Amino acid sequence: MSRWLAISGNVAVLAVGVATLVLMPRFAETYLIINTTIFVSFAILALSLALIWGYAGILCFGQAAFFGLGGYTYAVAAINFGDTTGAACLAVALPALFAALLGYFMFWGRISDVYLGVITLTVSLIFYRFINQTAGEEWNIGAAPLGGFNGIPATPILNWPGRPGDQLQPEDIFSLSVGLLILVYFGCKALLATSFGRVIVAVRENETRAELLGYDVRVHKLAIFVVGGAMAGLSGLLFANSVFVSPTMFSLPVSGQIIIWVIIGGLGTLIGPIIGCILMQMLTNYLGTLNQVSGLSWLDPNLVLGIILTAFVLLVPKGLVALVRDGGRFLVERVRQGGLPASRTGKPEAAE
Amino acid sequence: MSARILETRGLTMRFGGVVAVDRVDFTLKEAELRCLIGPNGAGKSTFFKCLTGQLRPTDGEVLFRGRSLVGAGSHDIARRGVGIKTQVPNVFDGLTVRDNVWLAAARVHPGRLADRKTDETMEQVAVTHLAGRLVGELAHGQRQLVELAMVVAPEPDLILLDEPAAGMTDDEVDRLVTLIKELNEDHAVVVVEHDMQFIRRVAKRVTVFYQGGILVEGDVADILADPRVRDVYLGKQAA
Amino acid sequence: MDYIAIVLLQIGSAVASLVLISLGLAVIFGMMRVINLAHGEFLMLGGYAAITAFNLGVNLWIAMVVVAPLVVGLFGIVVERLVIRNLYGRLIDTMLATWGLSLAMIGFVTVVFGNTVSGISAPLGSITIGAYRTGAYELFLIVVAAALMGAGWVVLRHTRYGLIARGTMQNAAMAAALGISPPAVYAVTFGVGAALSGLAGALLAPLSGVVPTIGAAYIAKAFITVVSGGTAILSGTAVAATLLGGINTAATFAFTPVIGEVALLVAAVILLRILPQGITGRFLRRSI
Repeated sequence: MSRWLAISGNVAVLAVGVATLVLMPRFAETYLIINTTIFVSFAILALSLALIWGYAGILCFGQAAFFGLGGYTYAVAAINFGDTTGAACLAVALPALFAALLGYFMFWGRISDVYLGVITLTVSLIFYRFINQTAGEEWNIGAAPLGGFNGIPATPILNWPGRPGDQLQPEDIFSLSVGLLILVYFGCKALLATSFGRVIVAVRENETRAELLGYDVRVHKLAIFVVGGAMAGLSGLLFANSVFVSPTMFSLPVSGQIIIWVIIGGLGTLIGPIIGCILMQMLTNYLGTLNQVSGLSWLDPNLVLGIILTAFVLLVPKGLVALVRDGGRFLVERVRQGGLPASRTGKPEAAE
Repeated sequence: MSARILETRGLTMRFGGVVAVDRVDFTLKEAELRCLIGPNGAGKSTFFKCLTGQLRPTDGEVLFRGRSLVGAGSHDIARRGVGIKTQVPNVFDGLTVRDNVWLAAARVHPGRLADRKTDETMEQVAVTHLAGRLVGELAHGQRQLVELAMVVAPEPDLILLDEPAAGMTDDEVDRLVTLIKELNEDHAVVVVEHDMQFIRRVAKRVTVFYQGGILVEGDVADILADPRVRDVYLGKQAA
Repeated sequence: MDYIAIVLLQIGSAVASLVLISLGLAVIFGMMRVINLAHGEFLMLGGYAAITAFNLGVNLWIAMVVVAPLVVGLFGIVVERLVIRNLYGRLIDTMLATWGLSLAMIGFVTVVFGNTVSGISAPLGSITIGAYRTGAYELFLIVVAAALMGAGWVVLRHTRYGLIARGTMQNAAMAAALGISPPAVYAVTFGVGAALSGLAGALLAPLSGVVPTIGAAYIAKAFITVVSGGTAILSGTAVAATLLGGINTAATFAFTPVIGEVALLVAAVILLRILPQGITGRFLRRSI
């Protein structure tokens, strides 16, 4: 029963993904396409934390660091090289490399839980503070100004590989983003189904036992952390192409939002955080517009988001996906019990 | 087969001012079965943890087939062929019994072989009927059996068991006794236990710990008849 | 000679600032193992409470030292009963719930007070040391920080409440068996931690002004100082604040204030790597 459910779940996700990919450029307006691209790039970011936290147990408070590194690396490299293809590759490789260094630093020191949270939070803060004050020419990397708190305004848009003059249109970037999201999502699923993936989950369950079975926990955590870093870098690359690159990418609120998406969607699932991310993005945008309407200015996005997060942690700790799944199961059971008149045996009750 | 598989020389473990294990010399031969007994606080569990790498000894040597284990991480020790069952069960509560045993088998056996080994081991330990259950939902004794399966699946050369019979029903204990005897046919086994009935059924040679050192070592019949051992358990001075 | 005095004053100021920012969080983390990520907003709330009271005509000192801690302390007790109480033992969940709380507080304050910076000018004027002039208020804050540490030590070591609190934190079941109500102790302790944060926020308001988002600047430093300090509330915070504050000041003098901040953060990362349980996880383990 559950295999059938799993397969149909994958098919459904693929269907939605492909439909979005194919139908939206045809029927949706440009602003909606661009907005969706932004949502999708955030969804990949959400997936990165969903993977390392939900499946490997690594609660990283500074996933924004890799997001920002991806964006800035792309922008700086693209401005300096003619063709953006190399820049795109770097935008994924550099965050991955940094994740490898940071991961080595942390996991070989057996850092975990709260202390890992503090270190990752601090690292993203270091980036934020540092980049924020890089206005001024001494902070140029090649031809690219780091821009300080203003960010890098003229980030070159991705061009078709090998054709430097031929830039991607918003529709193309949309297709690229959605395509990448689908690829990354199923890629994660595939990864989790391998031996490595199964060991990662075991490491989260009981590190001691994983070690006693002969698995080097540090190496496994490092590997998944690098994958997460690369995914976040990819997300930063897409963000750089649909919005723009600024120090806010490294900020605390960004790291916090990613955590909120995962909690609301469901820690321990992949589709949950994607749904959580998109829902929260839509909600934030909606609240932002409502906020302008007089009489509704009390609907501050932070206020609403905060209440939702706290409510979820207290009342729906397993997130939306689990809620839907358990709710569905509950309904199925009720229907099954209530709708079978033949379950009454018809024997007289007094015969005890 | 009189080669030594496990040896400690002058093994000492100090916690601040307390000497929990005091210059212990211990030898175990290949395919030998040894039970470690002793009253609470005698140091047998601490000694055990020095063998598994969970504690780093303050002084002395632990040699596995001649190679030192001191300072090696748990996963290194496991890889060298030591299977370990800890006092508090360390299992993957959120995963099924089958997944637990598979993880143990998969590190040494590739692909299909791992699946086959998993099924065989579950049979051997008699937990096949629990294969699809989540380990966290099982009774304590059942979890111990699952952990045993995980120790056995990678086919280690040396098996270290810390209180394997704790919390088990009579049937489970029967299974455990049979299993230990089977394993001992070609593996060296060390069992730390409190349960004297269990010791009587399973033991051949017994090492008695007392106040951080080895009080006496010998065949189970001699040991259980030894008045010093009785005194130590009843509290009289082992003068 | 007077340059040295100024440098020492700067170091003292940086350390005092860290102590003030962190003390409330340290009490709550050290005593209850709860990471309150709304801590920055408690500070912010204290600042707003003081400024609002002052604007309503209350004497500045009373506003800062009485009104702010009282308001935030009571708020803290409410938060403990409604939110924290349900999440004891669940460290990560507590962090997330308090993060939600922090967002809600930022939102609420934005709605009520708007986004602009409010401020009051620092009282006590300036003092002259040799060729340099510096604010006397900074000096005052150093004294306050030291006084709070001293008071904390006295309370925890020598009062009945302190003993009860320490006992409950170490073994709640035992405390209950002795007739103490752990929930009451938790509520009071959380309230005290909140009040300390409110006080700190109010005292720091004249130096930095208050904006709804100022909590973010505080929480990171407080979090870092407390976790680096380890489980001993007072000595941990003192040692960590001194170390990190010192490095911050040194780097600021050598380079720029931003490099100073970055140096503090880098030092914290290295510290945590070397001493994963915080400073007092290894040294001074049995201190308060």
